[in-house]
Amino acid sequence: MSLLQLTGVRTNYGPIEALRGVDVTVEQGEIVTLIGANGAGKSTLLMTICGQPKPAAGSIVFDGRSIVDLPPHETAKLGIAQVPEGRRIFPRMTVFENLQLGATLGDPANFDADIAYCFDLFPILQKRRDQRAGTLSGGEQQMLAISRALMSRPRLLLLDEPSLGLAPLIIRRIFDVIADLNKTRGMTILLVEQNAYHALKLAHRAYVLAQGQVVLQGAGPELLANPEVRAAYLEGGAH
Amino acid sequence: MATVALPTRLKDAAIAAGLALVLAIPFIGLFTVSTDQGLVVNSRWSWVAWAVGLVFAGRLLLGAGRDALAARANRKNNEHIDLTNHHKNNRILRGIAIGFVVFIVPVFFLIYGGASGIQIILALVICLLIGFFLDILGGFVLPALKKVDRSSVGTRLTRAFMVAALLFAVTLPFMPYSDRYIIDLGTTVLIYILLGLGLNVTVGLAGLLDLGFVAFYAIGAYSFALLSKFFGLDFWVCLPLSGLIAAGFGVLLSLPILRLRGDYLAIVTLGFGEITRIVILNWQGLTGGPNGVSGIPRPGLFGLSFERRPPEGMVSFHEVTGIGFSGEHRLMFLYLIVLALVCLAAWVINRLRALPVGRAWEALREDEIACRSLGINPTASKVSAYAIGGMMGGFAGCFFAARQGFVSPESFGFIESALILAIVVLGGMGSQVGVVIAALFIVMLPELGREFADYRMIVFGLAMITIMVWRPGGLLSTRVPTVKLDQKGA
Repeated sequence: MSLLQLTGVRTNYGPIEALRGVDVTVEQGEIVTLIGANGAGKSTLLMTICGQPKPAAGSIVFDGRSIVDLPPHETAKLGIAQVPEGRRIFPRMTVFENLQLGATLGDPANFDADIAYCFDLFPILQKRRDQRAGTLSGGEQQMLAISRALMSRPRLLLLDEPSLGLAPLIIRRIFDVIADLNKTRGMTILLVEQNAYHALKLAHRAYVLAQGQVVLQGAGPELLANPEVRAAYLEGGAH
Repeated sequence: MATVALPTRLKDAAIAAGLALVLAIPFIGLFTVSTDQGLVVNSRWSWVAWAVGLVFAGRLLLGAGRDALAARANRKNNEHIDLTNHHKNNRILRGIAIGFVVFIVPVFFLIYGGASGIQIILALVICLLIGFFLDILGGFVLPALKKVDRSSVGTRLTRAFMVAALLFAVTLPFMPYSDRYIIDLGTTVLIYILLGLGLNVTVGLAGLLDLGFVAFYAIGAYSFALLSKFFGLDFWVCLPLSGLIAAGFGVLLSLPILRLRGDYLAIVTLGFGEITRIVILNWQGLTGGPNGVSGIPRPGLFGLSFERRPPEGMVSFHEVTGIGFSGEHRLMFLYLIVLALVCLAAWVINRLRALPVGRAWEALREDEIACRSLGINPTASKVSAYAIGGMMGGFAGCFFAARQGFVSPESFGFIESALILAIVVLGGMGSQVGVVIAALFIVMLPELGREFADYRMIVFGLAMITIMVWRPGGLLSTRVPTVKLDQKGA
């Protein structure tokens, strides 16, 4: 059974149809990538999984349980952690406090180990531990946002454009960590990206979204070689 | 910043002086005197000249000071770039500048109070010193809080400061110089601190604007007044009840506004405050309407009354202890009750901040969407913030009723809400020490100006503007983290 299964999901913003019957599955231990142009519905899809907005039709099943009716804080309790688009760290609170908040749902017994794990993953965060998160650089904030999501030991990690506004070197670092999380921790990851090259390279499977529908799907490397995908998302694009 | 040439400085000062002239002519130059023939406009142009001259000189000095700062900062930056240390350099000059600004306020008083030249100069020097001291304190404490390697010094200093303040507050009523007036004023300040602490939970910590906080104050006061009137309950029973009732209304208020933000939230909370007042005003049968409720019993100490003739069934304090009767004992006792309430509230809120619920409030203020993705229930956080804030307001109200012995809707107008909000904003959102300082400031300032009643509000406004210019984030705008690890242990 898949860890996450979306069937025929439709989401509307008023009269606008953002998702028009999307089927997506994520298996345990996979990295699945969603790519697509602006306005294709990628972020809407992630938000719909979290529970806001609610889909107008279709089913979302997480680990055998329908989560269509759950508000975001309830889906989070089931083990779905989201790294929101634009990072959304708590700027006036320290790095450490941000991580504490990430552990809201976690078992307090794991706290020290999880903090150590995050600091191991991103040593810069340890240096910045008592600094206000708003004073971090964009890349550091993204690292913090990912660490914060990991603090609850989620079973599924949703990443919304982690490369947004970051320098190429930092992007590579972030993607390395994502791949590493999946390999060493077996973390299941659903990744939404504009940066198609990096995202497809590390994905086991990928979906291409256009105008609220899945137009292509397949293994990550396979899509990377697909001429249509290359033409639409890669040629002339930034690597 | 490069040093600016003298002609530019002179021009700048001349512009400021010109502006001052334009403003000074109607505000200072002309004044009305009522004579037999009605109001007559008189002039005092020498004052205008003085004001313009002062502004010119002050502006020039300010510019020169800034240049000096820039030069020093440049030197410092060439050695090593350290942003947090940057403003430490100009602390002394800034102290003088602040002192200069602050001194305008008392000079204003003194001129109208007919003080002599020496008194004015003395006041000026004192104000300079106060400004200087405040800024040095700020410059020393704030970076210490920000900078990790000096945190131990900073925390020790803040703690020492807090202990000193507490000691002062506890011993105040027993001091020889404390008379009725001082104790009464102290009590008023403490009530506002309590209100400020309560509103600080909703506005400062959870970031939910509340323009109708006075409603909780009123609900607390009327809870006690009515419970004692109809059921004969005494203060100590009603205190927790008032808190609970106010908290209940806090929950009630929070439900319709869960989805509101910004302006809309402000309007609904404003409405809540007004509705509460109007209901109290019009529900004659229950609340006595505009006549209020009188004869509210005074709080006793374990059944001991502070009245000269204790009510039936009670023994009076002076009979039991053998201390001669004095009306001041009751005031002192009231003062100590509210002091204890303030300490309790501050402690509880401080503890809550470090608990998940308090951390959720702050996270909610920072980013609601991120909160949800972390599994924090925003509804529960908002409801609890309004409930806890309302409860503090309820305690303050209950105490207020006990102190006055009389409540009427007049005490709970919008201006009270505005004052409490001003305390929170001036203090620096979320800062408890800031609330204390701001409450002192807001309550004491009009008191100091009591003899110049006509100008009180002008001075009040001026002082508010000064603070907003000087410290846009409030007096203590630096948020103190709830946890900080020992750096050596890392």
